[in-house]
Formats: sequence, structure tokens, C-alpha cells
Amino acid sequence: MLSETILEMKEISKSFPGVKALDCVDFKLRKGEIHAVMGENGAGKSTLIKVITGVYEKDAGIITLQGQPIHFKTPQEAQNKGIGTVYQEIMLCPNLTVAENMFIGRSNRAVVQWKQMNEKVTQLLDSLGIPARATQELASCSLAVQQMIAIARAVDMDCKILILDEPTSSLDEDEVHTLFELMRELKDRGVGIIFITHFLEQVYEISDRITVLRNGKLVGEYETTALPQIELISKMLGNVLEDITKLKKHEPIVTETTLPVFEGIGLSSVAGVRPFDFSIQKGEVNGFAGLLGSGRSESARAIFAADKVTGGEVRMNGKRVKIKTPLHAIKQGIGYLPEDRKGDGIIEDLSVRDNIILTLQVMKGFFKPFSRNQAEIYAQEYMKKLNIKTPTSDTPIKSLSGGNQQKVILARWLLTKPAYLILDEPTRGIDVGTKVEIQKLVLKLAEKGMSLTFISSEIEEMLRTCSRLIVMKDREIVGELRGMDLTENEVMSVIAHGGKNKCAH
Amino acid sequence: MRTLKKNFSHLFLPLSVMALLIIINLIKGADYFRITMVNGAFYGNIPNILFGASELVILSIGMTLVTAASRGQDISIGESATITSAVFVQYVLQANEVTLLTIVVGFFLSCVVGLALGAFNGTLVSIFKVQPMVASLILFTGGRSIAFMIDGKVSPILANDISNKIGTVIPGIPVQTPIILTVVFIALVAVLCKTTNLKLYVETVGINPNAARLNGINPKKIIFLTFLIMGICTAVAGFIAVNKAGRHDSVNLLKLIMMDAILAVAIGGNALIGGKFSITGSIIGAYTIEMLNRTLLRLEIDPAMIKVFKAVFIIILMVVASPVVRAFFTKALARVQSWSLLSSRRIQSSPDGTILSTTNSAEKEE
Repeated sequence: MLSETILEMKEISKSFPGVKALDCVDFKLRKGEIHAVMGENGAGKSTLIKVITGVYEKDAGIITLQGQPIHFKTPQEAQNKGIGTVYQEIMLCPNLTVAENMFIGRSNRAVVQWKQMNEKVTQLLDSLGIPARATQELASCSLAVQQMIAIARAVDMDCKILILDEPTSSLDEDEVHTLFELMRELKDRGVGIIFITHFLEQVYEISDRITVLRNGKLVGEYETTALPQIELISKMLGNVLEDITKLKKHEPIVTETTLPVFEGIGLSSVAGVRPFDFSIQKGEVNGFAGLLGSGRSESARAIFAADKVTGGEVRMNGKRVKIKTPLHAIKQGIGYLPEDRKGDGIIEDLSVRDNIILTLQVMKGFFKPFSRNQAEIYAQEYMKKLNIKTPTSDTPIKSLSGGNQQKVILARWLLTKPAYLILDEPTRGIDVGTKVEIQKLVLKLAEKGMSLTFISSEIEEMLRTCSRLIVMKDREIVGELRGMDLTENEVMSVIAHGGKNKCAH
Repeated sequence: MRTLKKNFSHLFLPLSVMALLIIINLIKGADYFRITMVNGAFYGNIPNILFGASELVILSIGMTLVTAASRGQDISIGESATITSAVFVQYVLQANEVTLLTIVVGFFLSCVVGLALGAFNGTLVSIFKVQPMVASLILFTGGRSIAFMIDGKVSPILANDISNKIGTVIPGIPVQTPIILTVVFIALVAVLCKTTNLKLYVETVGINPNAARLNGINPKKIIFLTFLIMGICTAVAGFIAVNKAGRHDSVNLLKLIMMDAILAVAIGGNALIGGKFSITGSIIGAYTIEMLNRTLLRLEIDPAMIKVFKAVFIIILMVVASPVVRAFFTKALARVQSWSLLSSRRIQSSPDGTILSTTNSAEKEE
């Protein structure tokens, strides 16, 4: 085991107007280790990274790289000293080839020697075991491979430290494993890797050590094997842990005469789900389970008519209704919190207030705007109810944290008082505290009689909230699980075998 | 004070440009604001600016909406206005006797044509997803020829009393008619914004059309609507322009006005890639451009050189207003503040209590 320290940070502090983002934080990275930095949103992870890479200047403290004190003013300087960074969003050009992407901004010469470049890149890709060709267009590679190429680009130049900021958030399980292979390979070569993620399982799978931050302060540094998951969560959160275990779901009361709130028969959309039947009772919480690309979101979108509907029949409370556009669905009392918060949810530049009232305003009509006062009352009401942390209701939503943005979208739908609310990945990319809050809210709403569909990549979250799971595979429903104490294994086995059983019939 | 700052921060750019121009003008001659009465109407620098900017103000309102919703610009507005006014002129000319009714009917007819032209551009942009600039390139290229055909290949003259009054002044009213029409138009737009959700819908569509759709707003309809409003704006602007000129010159009427309209939108603090917008900003921007034009004339700059000066002025303006420069100044300001904070702390932490007390008393005195 190598234990030579390559990067050491001592008593680092960094303040922004009104916030102490880092408060006397120590951090140590050893050669050839994968070191996870954990914490909720706003704990100071990103600030720590940005101080290392020179995006921010530290207010106080010392950083030493292999014993030498360093003080980077720009990310470029950090890169030249062997600190490579790969961010969550892949920052490459999809329309260029793999080799071109690796060399963008690198070559000082005006004339590029294509052949030489391609050969060099092929060698590098081979040595790292990345399944791509140098001359291939980047867009034709899978997301995971693109992410790996971004890493290869970062480590190409004699890299000592590699910083990975949420590299796995857009990858599916297989892709994550290929990425981990690459990380292990780099680790064996002696690269120190700083790994930031929201996925706890991944931390336990790959990291050697964990540093936990909370509210800008260092909680501690631990050996991964010596820190059980439950303790890690409690260290990250402080004290909300009890809340998770206290969550209690309940089953809706269904008698023979109750009609489902929503019933769809043979629903299909242009997004390519096989026609499916679906229904939900009053006060029920159900969920679509399945791997990424199994058709979970597509089904939810088909219910809401978010994608163009190509067929099917919808009944609400037994009455046949037409739902061909999102507006129809909204008017029938259906709400849909989209999976892609940034692309489909928030209206970035508009205020928190406008974002909250938007859908209710649309329901009310173009010619009946709310008065400013009325809008403010609604906004204040839900900012308080959902505990949305924003300076004022006038603040543009884009300047809020991910968790608070999600709460604003949630407020937008709750304000319309929907009978049936679909939540597609409401907990993705947000801090653990807000995740718990959202799960609690789902159960509370169901208790009050709202029907909800809760979709999450983290099966545990669905097991905690849903009384019925609809399992999907390859864009069709392969099974259904009912009951109050489902386990992850049961769901997994349906996902694994569900399709096969169907073939056997 | 704080709310005031918040509500007017987006108008900082147009208002400061206007203030700068006023200062330049006052240096040139202190009589800048002097208003005289000629034939029972106000004349002077300010009335001239209000008079001259009428069409530009109206068109920049439409341009603001189109820009915000469609994330692009309509470059055919001058040509559309030429077509609508050609129809108006033809209708008036065929009447035996020109009464107020003739003018009103002619005006409404030109509005219908304006709507049709707006619908044409709007269909291309909203349904066929053509870039707004490319879509309006069609009318930009062909518009003046169409107007020329409508005119019957001549430049018809509008020699009637009512047109003359609309283009200049109505006896007894001291304000020139185009100024009044512009004010009325602005008031109508204000009422429209107040009684509908136009602003919220247009901004939502401009910022995030996907999210707009999922929340029940049809982006196509909203983009189409902004082009229809633009159509009305071109009809009104064409109406004012042709009555001012007294004849319909299909080659030069409102020529290249889209450049100034786009500029007015930009000076008004609006992003040309759509999203949040301020019509007030664009209106002030439009008046500012007219003021700039007249300032350059007043400074007796060689007419051949005027465009160069205008261009230089605009370049400086855009650089100063750019996010890069703004960020630099914010940073510099923060540094100065933290430095002064630091030095004051140093004084407080010094063991000698007298310094502390003197600074305090000094502050109190202030």
C-alpha cells in the first residue's frame, strides 16, 4: 500500500458574501488512492474542488502539492501541474472525432499532424482499455465512453491528481462499472483520485477513503471499510437520519365499487413504449421500476401526454376523457414533475414566484392574470410549506440549489391541487436531506387522498414509499409487485427474470 | 429604495445612455431643452425626438416581443410596413372624397394586411421552425417589390387634409399627432400586458419552450401571437410614416429601420437570444437612438461621417454593457469594499482605545 501524500490542504477557508463555504478544512490525498468527498449540497464539496483547481482563490490556508506549496490562479495552471478535472457534464465536442477531442487546445502548432495524432490517441485508448477508435466521431460513443475519453484527456498529460465531479450521474450500471475499471487502472498507476458523487453504493464499491464535509466544515476522514453506510449518512446529515427509518407507507383502501382515479388502456406514445395498461387508486402511491432505458419515464410521459400520444383510452374516475396534450392532462387534474429538471422543469431566469404560479396561472387562462399580491401570497405559502430556501420570492430560480429548485417545481404542481401527481426522478441530483423531505411529503400527500406515481433510480426510495411497483424492462411492463414489505431482491429478480417468464408463457 | 433599485436595474443601461447624450447636448448648447410654439404647436429638440422616433418606438415594441419568444429577430418590418401603407394609400386614393371614415377604414385594412404578413412570418417560424431571421428574409427581399406593384409602379401622393393633420399637427392641439398616436399605442400595449399573461407566457416560451409545453403553454401559439402583434406594429408604423411623408415612396419608406429596432431592443437591456424582456427598456432605447441621431446632427458632424460616429458610439456602449466589463466592475467594487472593511477592522482591533472613539465620533458627526 502506497501512502505517500501528494496533496495536502491545511485549514482552508473560503467565504462568499454572506456564506462561509469552507471553514478551516483539512484534506489529504495520498498517492494511488481513490478518495471520496461526501456531503450534502452546500456542504462545500464543489468549493473545495474549485479551490484546488484555481477556479476560486482561497481566503486562508495552505495547499501543498508533493511538499511544494502551491497557489493556482487559473485552472490552466493547475492542469499544467498535473491536476486534471472531469465535470458532471461532458465538456467535449460531439461532432469531432475522439482524437480531435483529445487534442483540442493542446497542440501549439498550426498544422496538425493527423496521422501522428491518431496513432498516439489509439495507443492511449488501448493502454487504458477504452473501447473507442481514434477516428470515430465522439457522438457515436456511448455516454460512458465519452466520459472515459474526457478522463483520458485529463490524465493524458502526466497527471498526478484526477478530480471526478459526479462522473456517474448520467451513466447506467454497466457503464459505471466500465468507468470504475478505468479508475482502478489509473489508481494502480499511482494517480490520486478525488471522487465526488451522490451515489453511496458507488462510494463503497470503489473508494479507499472518505472525507465528509457538512456546512463547510470538516466532519472527518475515514477508511471506507471502517465506516458503515448508515454512519456515513448520519455524518453527512447530522441528525435527519432517524426520519428516514421512521417513514411509514400505507395501502389505499380499495373496495369493489371504487373507481380508479386514473385508468389508461393501451397507452402508447412516439417515445416508443409498447402499449400498456395502467391504473391508480385514490390515495395510492405506485412506481415504475426498471433499469435506465427500460421505459419508466416514457410511460410516465405517455400518461401525461408529454410526448405525442399515439393511442390508448383514458378514464378518470370512470369517465372517459381526452388527453392529447399536457394542457388536457393538467385540466384533468394530473401533474407531472419531469425527470430533466433543467431541460423540462425550471424556467431559469424567471423568479421563484413566477415559477411557482406558472401552471396554476395557465389553468386560469391567458386573459386572467393573478394580481401581484395574489401571486406573492401563493409563493409565500408554498415557500413556507415546503421549506424552500431562497433569499426572496423575486430571486431567479437558477440561483437556487438543485434541491430547492426541485421543491419549487413541486410547489408549482401542488398549487394546482392535482388529483394525480407523477414524480419522475424527483430526488435525482439533490442532497440527502431534501430527498428525505420529498419522500415524507409523498407519503403525507397520499394520506390526504392524492394519488402519486413515484419513479426513482434508487429502488430503496421506491420501496420506502410505494405500495405497488410496476416493473419494466425493454420498454414494456414485465411484472407487478404489491405489498408493504417488498425487498430490493424481489424487485431485482423480477427485473432479471420478468421478461423471460413472459417468453415462457 | 431597494425595491426601486430592483425594479429599475434593468433600465440602468438605456437611462444612463440617455443621460450621457443629454449632457453632451447641454455642453454643446444650454438651450437644448428649449421649447417654442410655432403655429400653435410645440417645437424644439425634445418634441423633435418624440416626433421622429414614433415609428421606431412602435416597431421596437413588436421586435421586443418577437425576440423574447422566438429567440430571433424579424428583419422584414420596414418592408412589411411599406406593404401595409401601400394598401392604405391605395384605399384612400380610390375614394372620391377623403373623410375621416375613409382614413379609419384604410387604416384597419392595412392592419389586416399587417396581420397577414405577421401570420406568414409566424407560420414559418412557429410551425416550420425556420430561423426568424431567415424566415423574414423572404419578405425583406421581396417586400418592396410587392409594395411597388400595389402602388402601380409610381410613388402616389397623399394630398388630403386629414393625412396632413395626422402627419403633422391638428390645429388646436399643441402636440404633433404622431406623438399622440405613439402614446396611445404604448398605452394600449400597457393595457394588453396588464390584462393578460402575455409577459409571463412569452418569457416562459423564450427561456424554456420544453418546460412551457409541459406546463400547458403551447410555444407555437405564443410565437405565432408575437408575430401577429408585430404585424399590427408594422401597420401602425407604416400608417404614421406614410402620413408624415405625404407620399408613398416604396423604395425608401422606413428603409433599414429593423437595424435600429433591433438596436433599441438591445439598448433596452434585452437579451437578443430571447427570454426575459422589458418593453419599457426598448421604448427608452428607441428614443435614445433618435436622440443619438439628432445629437450627431446637432454637433454638426459631416453627414457622410454620421454613420461612423454612430457605429463607434454603439460599439463603446455594447462593450461597456457587456457581462465581461460588468463582472470586472463588480469584482473591483467588492475588492474596494473588503479592503475598507479590513482597514476599519484593523483600527478597531488596535489596543489604543482612543482611535476607536475618535472614528466613532467622526462617523456620528457625519
